[in-house]
Amino acid sequence: MLEFSLNARRGSFHLQVECAFASDWTVVFGPSGSGKSTLLRLLAGLDRPARGRIALDAHAITETATGLHLAPGRRHTALVAQQPALFPHLSVAANVAYGLRSLDRATRAARVEEMLALTGATDLARRRPQDLSGGEAQRVALARALAPAPRLLLLDEPFSALDGEASDALLERLQSWLRENRVQAVMATHDATDALATSAEVLLLREGRLAAHGPAAEVLAAERERLATRLRIT
Amino acid sequence: MDWQAFALSLRLATVTTAILLTIAVPLAALLVLGRGRWLAALEALATLPMVLPPTVLGFFLLVLLGPRTAVGRGIAALLGHPLAFSFTGLVVGSVIYSLPFAVQPLVAGFASVDTALVDAARLLGASPARLVTSILLPLARRSLLAAIVLSFLHTIGEFGVVLMLGGDIPGATRTLSIVLYNQVENFDYAAANHTAAILLGMSVLALALIYSKAQNHGVGRA
Repeated sequence: MLEFSLNARRGSFHLQVECAFASDWTVVFGPSGSGKSTLLRLLAGLDRPARGRIALDAHAITETATGLHLAPGRRHTALVAQQPALFPHLSVAANVAYGLRSLDRATRAARVEEMLALTGATDLARRRPQDLSGGEAQRVALARALAPAPRLLLLDEPFSALDGEASDALLERLQSWLRENRVQAVMATHDATDALATSAEVLLLREGRLAAHGPAAEVLAAERERLATRLRIT
Repeated sequence: MDWQAFALSLRLATVTTAILLTIAVPLAALLVLGRGRWLAALEALATLPMVLPPTVLGFFLLVLLGPRTAVGRGIAALLGHPLAFSFTGLVVGSVIYSLPFAVQPLVAGFASVDTALVDAARLLGASPARLVTSILLPLARRSLLAAIVLSFLHTIGEFGVVLMLGGDIPGATRTLSIVLYNQVENFDYAAANHTAAILLGMSVLALALIYSKAQNHGVGRA
């Protein structure tokens, strides 16, 4: 269960959202600049809100009223951004192992292998990030994020460099793994097809405000109707 | 050739560089990764020795570490001798004087590392120390080398602080720069030429050694 009530400013942009949801796959949908990435960075703990609270499974991880702000690495949250941000001086395997320092060597190696297999990147283990294609790098970034077993996975348009078929197959494997491991996922996208394809609960963001929240088909149909009406008027 | 002064200069530069790195790396990381308005004041303070005339800095340190201040008396009581006019005093002065030459390249190097990589490491649970050792330093190796070279060579060539704080005690505070000054003062230009050539040679050799090492290790980014 993820709950948040956030008020944050980034330059002239103002994000003000309040929401709670328990579904294991939720899509944050909205046009560029609507606040999707800002919201995900706040949830990940990379940025602090001016005011607000975030709770994961009823435990507060950010609470400005009490000054609580758990460090990003201590809130069991992973974030996969559009830019994979792989460490260029480490091999793919070392990238995936980076967050597994507390495990012994054998367990760590097994975990790396498991995550690379899940994301279809087993053959890339010894390669360097600079030798990977955009799609391969995104697979590795996903494997690296999942390796420490987060409770909340945040995805910011993470499959943009994968072609449709590869993206669908990876998404299917990922969703099944998330269900098995009871990991809640939130994916930001500006693509309505992505939102519909995952048959998810959707949060619709518009100019930093929560415009709608509900089943994907309903929210997107209402949004399509709103846009059509606006076009007719203009 | 004053081999004693030569050895002392090398020892002073090595000790100063080693101490500077242990201070400058965490300080540069704090300046780049930290938050708060006080960081600007801290950076200005760390840069101050760069713009302060060496003789002024040396004079302030001489007064501060001398027997007339509580700090100087406390240190003298602790060490059994005053810091001024001792090798340890020279090290303190050199560390302060060369601090910006170690901090500035590291700040520039750390700031050039993509913030997305820093965010990724933080999300994966990296502590500040691990962030520095596993991400910032490997990706800013060239800046680290620059910090080492600048600190070492700057200390080798320093004169004003050394003269003010250390005086001219053979084996304790007489460095090659002081020897060169004495030779010029005595109109011994042949010996002065020799000493100056050695100082120049040390600088060129240190640069050549360190940069050829950087080349061999394929260091590519700042």
